[in-house]
Amino acid sequence: MTADVSILNATKVFGAFRALDDVSLDIAAGEFIVLLGPSGCGKTTLLSILGGFLEPTSGTISIGGRDMTHVSPAKRPTTTMFQDYALFPHMRLLDNVGFGLRMRGMAKAERDEKALSYLDLVGLRASAAKKPHELSGGQRQRVALARALAVDPDVLLLDEPLGALDLKLRRQMQDELKAIQKRVGTTFVHVTHDQEEAMAIADRIVVMNKGRIEDVGTPASIYMRPRSLFSAGFMGEANFLPAKVRGLSANEAEVETALGRVALPASAFVSGMPAAGRDVTLCIRPEHFRSASAAVPTVSLGRGRITGSAFFGTHHRCHVAADGTALTAHLPQTEEPEVGAELDLRLKADSIVVLQDGAGVGH
Amino acid sequence: MRRLTAALSALYAGLIYLFIFLPVVVLVLFSFQDGTLPVPPLNGLTLRWYEAVLSDGKLMAALGNSLLVAVLSSALACLLGFLAAYAFARYRLPASALLRGLLVAPMTVSTLIIGLGLLSVLNVTGLRLSLVTVGIGHVVINLPLCFAVIYASMGGHQVNIERAARDLGAKDWQVMALVTAPMLMPSILAAFFLSVTFSWDEFIVAFLLSRFDVTLPVEIWSMLRSGLDPKTNAVGSLVFLVSVAFLLVMELAVFRKSGRSS
Amino acid sequence: MTATPLERAERRKAWAFALPGLLWTGLFFLVPFAYMAMLSFWTRQGREVVATWTLDNYVAFFEKAHLFKGLVVSLEITAAVTVISVLLAYPLAWIIAERVPKRWQRFALIMAILPFWTSYVVRSYSWLLVLSKGGVVNQALLWTGLLSEPLELSANRTGTIIGFVHFFVMLLTLTIYANLIQLSPNYRRAAADLGANAFQTFWHVVLPLTLPGIMVGAFLTFVLCIGDYITPQILGGNNELVLPQVIMLQLGRRADFPMAAALSLVLMVVVTLAYVACARWLKMERT
Repeated sequence: MTADVSILNATKVFGAFRALDDVSLDIAAGEFIVLLGPSGCGKTTLLSILGGFLEPTSGTISIGGRDMTHVSPAKRPTTTMFQDYALFPHMRLLDNVGFGLRMRGMAKAERDEKALSYLDLVGLRASAAKKPHELSGGQRQRVALARALAVDPDVLLLDEPLGALDLKLRRQMQDELKAIQKRVGTTFVHVTHDQEEAMAIADRIVVMNKGRIEDVGTPASIYMRPRSLFSAGFMGEANFLPAKVRGLSANEAEVETALGRVALPASAFVSGMPAAGRDVTLCIRPEHFRSASAAVPTVSLGRGRITGSAFFGTHHRCHVAADGTALTAHLPQTEEPEVGAELDLRLKADSIVVLQDGAGVGH
Repeated sequence: MRRLTAALSALYAGLIYLFIFLPVVVLVLFSFQDGTLPVPPLNGLTLRWYEAVLSDGKLMAALGNSLLVAVLSSALACLLGFLAAYAFARYRLPASALLRGLLVAPMTVSTLIIGLGLLSVLNVTGLRLSLVTVGIGHVVINLPLCFAVIYASMGGHQVNIERAARDLGAKDWQVMALVTAPMLMPSILAAFFLSVTFSWDEFIVAFLLSRFDVTLPVEIWSMLRSGLDPKTNAVGSLVFLVSVAFLLVMELAVFRKSGRSS
Repeated sequence: MTATPLERAERRKAWAFALPGLLWTGLFFLVPFAYMAMLSFWTRQGREVVATWTLDNYVAFFEKAHLFKGLVVSLEITAAVTVISVLLAYPLAWIIAERVPKRWQRFALIMAILPFWTSYVVRSYSWLLVLSKGGVVNQALLWTGLLSEPLELSANRTGTIIGFVHFFVMLLTLTIYANLIQLSPNYRRAAADLGANAFQTFWHVVLPLTLPGIMVGAFLTFVLCIGDYITPQILGGNNELVLPQVIMLQLGRRADFPMAAALSLVLMVVVTLAYVACARWLKMERT
């Protein structure tokens, strides 16, 4: 089963601390949503409110069109997969997975069969009689997933479920999680602080900071067209270049930076055209400095000097000094950047994103 | 040098072990005394003091009373301690530290004072002294212990496990009965058996708060008035034997269990 | 902050869980204790308690030698027992933790506390078999000719102290061993690595690190010892009484509950002072 989720003006206050500040979000049925942000950004609070472990101070939560704001976890069509898995240590895997069905009054034979089928889904059918402490971290994580899915929830809430796994296993589990989500069709809401994980699994990413939503969109749109400084900085690396808007025309604007004046197409202004004289910030991804082909319109930020360089496999990461401004540029792996060499800081005009200070979806 | 320390260590340990075991060995040895005084010389061996003990109706009744009081009062202390520990570990209650302090306070007060206080109040209320009043006193003594032991074992990592159960549809009593209690069973059992041991051996409260039906320590106490008596040796040896057997069974059970799970 | 409906329901549940235990402790511990505190300021006429507020009982405690001496004797015996027990138990705990092979340690420990499992009353009684004039020790010494007269080992302070030390050596061996075994062997390796010899390592590293555990055990010894009635009653004779014996005496002969209550409060105050004195060692925390 699956259902849509609607969060309207949710606010949660702990004493003097606003953990969640007027958050609204609509999630479509069957969507894989990732709540992304640093610790303390409110993502786990939002997940707890969805699961019913916390009640919002104000605002409403509805799932499948029904108001769930004050409904207890047990009566919600949601289940949660906890960060520490929270498997029942004294029960066999079969009983762990069958627990929710048992609570729903399902007869033993039927519930064992269903539990087995879910253990099968996560590849642990053969270990059904084992206890959780006999499993590895990755296996426990699978059991937790099977247990949460066995009761056929409309929405599965995942609280940093991959956080305790090592990097390689985490990448593998991400793929499995995504595949299982596509198979069962349940709406997944997944919390993480790992932006690579978010990109690997999400249909849409919700970037959160200080209790607010900064940005919502597909991984590509958030990376390529971030709508807030925080979002741009949190998703991958970015150069931020302060600028002032000088001239405006219908489809272009001229901004002045420390590296000279550049004309940018209107599409670069993701949060609308600013007034002349406004302070803005140019956001430039380091890898965009290498796309200086003549066929497309480009802008130039003059020339810079490479002050340091390191090889990262997929690229060279170079520190560049240009007129007293420090920049980071990723050069193709085939190049051999040398310290002291000059670099032409030219890039596609449409790869630059201009952000206004204080911009963001929730602001 | 190394040899010398080893030898000195062995000598010291031997002497202390001798000190520790001397009274027990003498107690057991002279419980077989073929005579009326349980002191040297040993006249010969006999089992008649054990016969005397086993056919002593008052002693056997006291033994039964002790078991009854120990098991029931410990079970109650564990139940109350578990519920309170659950409340304080899982919920935020106002004045939590103060109330927890109240719950463990009896642990810091001499049992003599606890018994005396209860006795004074019972005198006023006119409630008759009986095994029930002894049991009430033993719950007062053991509740702090049960609470402390169980509370200490309620780690934060179990919160999510209980949440998961609730999330999967378990009602409060189901969470407690199917998840929390089984998960904490080792510490609940430890608290229970410690309580049983204390209650079983407790003298002063049982002495102050009982009248006609008494527990074993009180009955043995009254036997002491007749001075040294091999029959007292026999009772003491029997209590010792049963306790050690019980300990052995527990040790083996716990050992087997921990061996299996590691 | 206003509570949401669910939070209010949760709080009601929390109280429902906590209340039985709290009520029990309140009703059967706090109320009797408060009543006893009140009683200690009342007095007695014949066998009747009279509710008149007076300090007479406390004044009597300080003025009447047979009452005050109970406290003095209690303190002297308890201090001696605590010190002797720690001094005897520490080396044994150390030997078990350091000298006994790992797989035998549990056995050695269980053996060291095995006599715990005799009844408390019987344990004191069995010391009587050992220490009395006709007892094992005196008989053996007389037989070997080392003595011509039996030693006065029981029915006096020596008997009480031996009986107590026996019990608390077992208890302290257990607590000190638990403390020693928790020490990481790396402390000792580090000390040895930095040039300390065995004695220096013990004195500068092991002993300070186990001191908190010793203090906890010593405090426990103090509290249990000063409140005990049985051991001095069986082994101590009639010449000098400890405070608990004096308290019980008020009950038995004269049913003087107010006086017994006042003496109990004195005992409480002494224990509380001891607690305050070593409070910084006794922090009890949830792990």
